[in-house]
Amino acid sequence: MSSLLITNGRVIDPSQDMDRVTNLLIEEERIAAFDVEPDKGSTNGSVATIDAAGKLVAPGLIDMHAYLGEPGGEDDETIRTGTQAALSGGFTSIACAPNTNPPIDTQGTVQFVKQQAADANNCHVYPIACVSKNRIGEELAEMGTLVGAGAVAFSDACSPISNPELMRRALEYLLMFDKPLLSHPEVQELSGDGVMHEGIVSTVLALPGIPAEAEAVMTGRDISLAESTGGRIHMMHISTVGSIDLIRRAKARGVRITAEVSPQHFSLTDEALRSFDSNKKINPPLRGQLHVDACIAGLKDGTLDVIASDHQPQAVEKKMQELDRAPFGVIALETALSVVVTKLIRPGHLDWMTALEKMTIRPARVLGIPKGTLQIGADADVTIIDPDATWTVDLDAFFSKSSNSPYQGETLYGRASTVIVSGCVKFERNC
Amino acid sequence: MDKTIATDNWTQADLLGLEHLSAEEITTILDTAQQLKGMTNGCAKKIDLLQGTTVANLFFENSTRTRTSFSLAARRLGADVIDFSSAGSSLSKGETFIDTAKNIEAMNVDTVVVRHRTPGTPHLLAKNIRCSVINAGDGAHEHPTQGLLDIMTIREHRKKIKGLTVALIGDISHSRTARSNIWGLKKLGAHVIVCGPSTLVSRRWEELGVEVAYSLDAILPRCDVLNLLRIQFERQITRPFPSVREYALLYAMTGERMANAKDDILIMAPGPINRGTEVTPEVADGPHSVILHQVTNGLAIRMAVLYLTHEVAR
Repeated sequence: MSSLLITNGRVIDPSQDMDRVTNLLIEEERIAAFDVEPDKGSTNGSVATIDAAGKLVAPGLIDMHAYLGEPGGEDDETIRTGTQAALSGGFTSIACAPNTNPPIDTQGTVQFVKQQAADANNCHVYPIACVSKNRIGEELAEMGTLVGAGAVAFSDACSPISNPELMRRALEYLLMFDKPLLSHPEVQELSGDGVMHEGIVSTVLALPGIPAEAEAVMTGRDISLAESTGGRIHMMHISTVGSIDLIRRAKARGVRITAEVSPQHFSLTDEALRSFDSNKKINPPLRGQLHVDACIAGLKDGTLDVIASDHQPQAVEKKMQELDRAPFGVIALETALSVVVTKLIRPGHLDWMTALEKMTIRPARVLGIPKGTLQIGADADVTIIDPDATWTVDLDAFFSKSSNSPYQGETLYGRASTVIVSGCVKFERNC
Repeated sequence: MDKTIATDNWTQADLLGLEHLSAEEITTILDTAQQLKGMTNGCAKKIDLLQGTTVANLFFENSTRTRTSFSLAARRLGADVIDFSSAGSSLSKGETFIDTAKNIEAMNVDTVVVRHRTPGTPHLLAKNIRCSVINAGDGAHEHPTQGLLDIMTIREHRKKIKGLTVALIGDISHSRTARSNIWGLKKLGAHVIVCGPSTLVSRRWEELGVEVAYSLDAILPRCDVLNLLRIQFERQITRPFPSVREYALLYAMTGERMANAKDDILIMAPGPINRGTEVTPEVADGPHSVILHQVTNGLAIRMAVLYLTHEVAR
C-alpha cells in the first residue's frame, strides 16, 4: 500500500485548532501521523513525497452547494465536468443540488448521481434530495427512502418552499432522520419578475428589482418554524442585513439554525449590473454595499457558518439573451477559494483558520459527513493551497462546461495547487 | 452644399444613452441637429450626407412615430432604410435576438436602430455586432434621442438650459423619456423635478440631486418647463393608482392650472398624448405648447445622431 508524505507545509486544521509547519503522513487512504521525519516513512511500500514548502495544507475543502447539471442539464454541466471543476477549485467533497431534470426525489436519481460520481472518479459527491415531490412544493418527497439511498440533506434547491405548512411538516418529519433542511428563502410575491437588487442602481437602470425583504421575510418565517418544531434548518446563500440580523438573534435563542453565504455575495455589489452583463445575474441578487458589509460581519462573528459556492452553470447561449430572459446563476467552484483569499483574508477580515473552518469542518457538520478534518484516522482528503498564487480568471481554461462567471478577467490571489482525495493525488496545478 | 459640420467632439460609434455623455458631447449633438435643421430647411429638404449607407430599424416593441421619425431622418440624409419588427419575423421561429442582429450585420448594414422592452439590450447588441447601434428605447432605461429632442426644444425657446427648472410629470418609474431627460438636463445644469404619484416616483432620485415632488400644484409656480409623460397602461402590471380620473385630477395640465404657471412656461409632451389625461386640449393646442416643435426637432436630432455615429464608425 503506497503512502504519501506531505512535507514542510503549514498545516491548518480548524477541527483541531492546529496551525503549524509540519509533515503529514497519509497511509492506506487515511491520515496516519503528523511530525513525521521524511527519511522514516512507511516500510510497506513506496512513499511518495510532496514538498509543500510555502504552502498551506488543509483538510479537503467541502462545498455544500453546487449544481452539477445531471440528470437533464448536460448542456450546462455534467457530474464529470463539475467534479473536475471542483477539484480545480480545491474541493474534495461537494454536495450537489437537486434542481435537475428529473429532480433528485427518487432512489433512482440518487443512485444515478452516485454512480456518475463514481465513474468520474474525481471528488466525493453527496446528493441533496428534494423536500417535495417533483420539487413543486406540494407533497413531501419520500425522504426516508432517500436517506436510505444516500441523500445527506434535503432542499428544493432554487425554489422556495412557499407553503409554510409544508415547510413546518418537512422540518418535523426530518427530525426522525436528523438531516438538515436547506432553505432557499425567497418570497416570490415580493421578488416578482425582478432581475437585480432593488435599490438606487435598479432605479437608474429601470430594471425590476428584488427587494431585500423578499429574503428577510422568509428567513423570519423559517426561523419561527424551526424554533417551534425543534427542527434543523440551514439557510442557503444569505445576502441581506435583515436575514443576518434575524439569524444572529435566533442562534442566541438556541434555534438549530446554520447559514451559508456565497463568495459572490461578499465580494460584489449591485453596481456590477450597470454593465447589463447577464453573468452578474444571480438569485439572490448582488446587493448594495451595506448588505455586503453585513455578510462580512456575519462571517466574522460566526452568524454565517459556511461559505458555499452556489455554483450554477448555465450554457453560453442561455446567458447570451436579454437580461430578463437570461436565467439566474454563475459558476463558482473554480473561483470560490481565491475570492475568499482575495476579498476576506488578504484585506484582514478573516484569518486562514476562520476562513478554512467555514469551508471544511462546518459544512461537514451541517451535512453530517465524516469529512473536513485531518485528525488521525480521518479520510485522507487534503487540499494543498498556494496562498500567494496570483492568477487572472480566464474562462477558456476553466473545467466547468459553462462560462458564466462574474469574475472574468479579474486578478485573484490564492489557489489550490494539489488536491488529494482518499489518499490519491487527483489534481495538480501545472502553471 | 456646405458639408462642414463640426464633429471633433463626437467620438462614439454608438448612442446607447445620455447617462454617460459629457455636457460637451450633448451640446455637439444639439448643435449638429440645429445645423442640419437649417440645411434641410426645417427638416423638409433632402441632403446626401449618408448616401450609400443602410440603416436598419430593429424594433422589438411596437412603435410608429419613433420608427417613422428615424426612417425619415435616414432618408432625408440619403440612406437606405430597412424595417424589421419582431412580429412575424424569424424571432417567432425561435431565433435569438443576437442571431437576428448578426444576420442583419451580415447584410452590411451600417447602423442599427433598436428598440426593445429590456434595459441593456442595445448594450448587448453593441458588444456583439460591428454596426453602429442607436438606442431607440430599451425598456424604461433610456430613450436618448427623445431626451435630446426635448432639450433641443427647450434650448430653442429659452436659449439655454442652465438654471432652468424643468419638471417631469407622471409615471417616472416606467419612463425612459424621464430618465434620459434627467441625465441630459442635469449635465447641462438644469434643476430637475420629478413629480407624480408616490407609487410611481421613487424618493431614491433625490440621491442623484433630483427634486422629488408628489403635488403638481405645489411646484407649478416655480417651473420653466413641464414635460408631461404619458401614463403607460401597456407597461404597468399592477395598478399603482386607482383610476385615470384620479390621475387627471391630480396631475393633468388644465387651463385652470395654467393660471398658476409662469407666463413663459413651456408645455411639452413626448406623445402620443392622451387628451384629457395628461393635458387638456386647450393647453395642448395653446400658445405655451411646443409639442409639435418637439416632433420636428426629433427629426433633426435623429439626423444628427445617425450622421455623427456613422462618421466615427466608418
